[in-house]
Amino acid sequence: MAQTYRSQLIDPLVDDNPITLQVLGICSALAVTSSMQVAFVMALAVTLVTGFSSMFISMLRNQIPSSIRIIVQMVVIASLVILVDQLLKAYAYEISKTLSVFVGLIITNCIVMGRAEAFAMKNPPIASFVDGVGNGLGYGLLLMVVSVIRELLGSGSLWGVTILETVNNGGWYIPNGLLLLPPSAFFVIGLIIWAVRTWKPEQVEEREYQIQTVEDH
Amino acid sequence: MSEANENKGLIRRFLDAPPDSVGKTVFVAVALCLVASMVVSAAAVALRPIQDENKLRDKRINILQVAGVYDENTPVNEAFEAFEPHVLDLSTGEFTEAFETSEFDALADAKDPSIMRPIDEDPAGLGGQMQAYRLVYLLRDDSGALDKVVLPIEGYGLWSTLYGFIALEENGNDIYGLQFYQHGETPGLGAEVDNPRWKALWRGKKLFAEDGDLAITVAKTPPPEGTDYYVDALAGATLTSRGVDNLVRFWMGQAGYGSFLEHLQAGEVN
Repeated sequence: MAQTYRSQLIDPLVDDNPITLQVLGICSALAVTSSMQVAFVMALAVTLVTGFSSMFISMLRNQIPSSIRIIVQMVVIASLVILVDQLLKAYAYEISKTLSVFVGLIITNCIVMGRAEAFAMKNPPIASFVDGVGNGLGYGLLLMVVSVIRELLGSGSLWGVTILETVNNGGWYIPNGLLLLPPSAFFVIGLIIWAVRTWKPEQVEEREYQIQTVEDH
Repeated sequence: MSEANENKGLIRRFLDAPPDSVGKTVFVAVALCLVASMVVSAAAVALRPIQDENKLRDKRINILQVAGVYDENTPVNEAFEAFEPHVLDLSTGEFTEAFETSEFDALADAKDPSIMRPIDEDPAGLGGQMQAYRLVYLLRDDSGALDKVVLPIEGYGLWSTLYGFIALEENGNDIYGLQFYQHGETPGLGAEVDNPRWKALWRGKKLFAEDGDLAITVAKTPPPEGTDYYVDALAGATLTSRGVDNLVRFWMGQAGYGSFLEHLQAGEVN
């Protein structure tokens, strides 16, 4: 085996992060990062779903006909997502109220499908599980970073605890409303990708075009 | 050969078949769907009671909070027994025995035709129909006299329908509290309807002006009737504020609880 379990877990955090390097799973990263608690639960849910869906798909990989493999992956993923949704509604009702439709949308999170198709279809179950968890954690790490920025500057709090007393509550801080709206996550994630690629230039993709110099006449 | 072995032989045959054959494809599809649907439905059925309990609890906490009697240390269901539920016929403003109070929420959730009626004017964005009957709650003081009434209200904001309760004093005019238990408004902007400071603005406001006209409003500037009838709109959430204004005015008006409020004001509800 080319990779150790350890590197499978660690690599997706920074070196092979599904969001910053592969630019997958952006849609939900925009939607659920306005508060840390919600982002954390979402990260946990996605990690569980990627881990177990990769494992189950890997267990079935030799039986799955290639003509219906995407559908088979979707059925496995969708069942797990419904399971997570039902569990949240039963045991974390408050949070499931805030996450609402986004749990269901894990089904369409490209990271889950991406790992199933790219890794789990070719590797044994345990390795696939670790790979899924690793990528879930990579996604989760970025979610947490973005949500720290957005919650602190958007609502003046971290994890629901007030850090900057906002004007609405009689304090001094005028919250930046833009950071509570999904588009702000685009800017934050863009800046993070820029920072990561400056720090690790090997992540920069090669240009798909080449700038030609035109000869003077 | 026993039957079990024959069955096993059949499954083994399928497992060993090349994955891309037609038979194998159909087999995998059917088997996977069967297993997945069993897992999903088992989870849904097994967890349903806990989920329903959560929903009910959440609603009850909101009723307790809006009436100002919520206490974290008292079990919710115990505290909730102080409330007296009644099914209200909105057209007459009288309580009706036509529905069981314990079963009414289920009818309301299902939008059962027996309790709905179409409406022509729909300022609260209810989707062309409203409940002709509502489950309301009375709260009595220690002497048994009517103290507060809690009325369910709902209407469309910017993105979502806001569901909530309004608590009124026994005179049918003074507002004690208003809060929403379910909505999908923008966090930090429209979702500030949940901000305790904003909710506190409602306390002590009056619904009807001296001349009996509905005067309460959520707006940027006070109405001519004065600040007793005015709740400051949410900053940066014009459309949510307008939605709340519309829904409060709709439900407190003649199409909503109007007749019931007249009975309250006349002291005919006890």
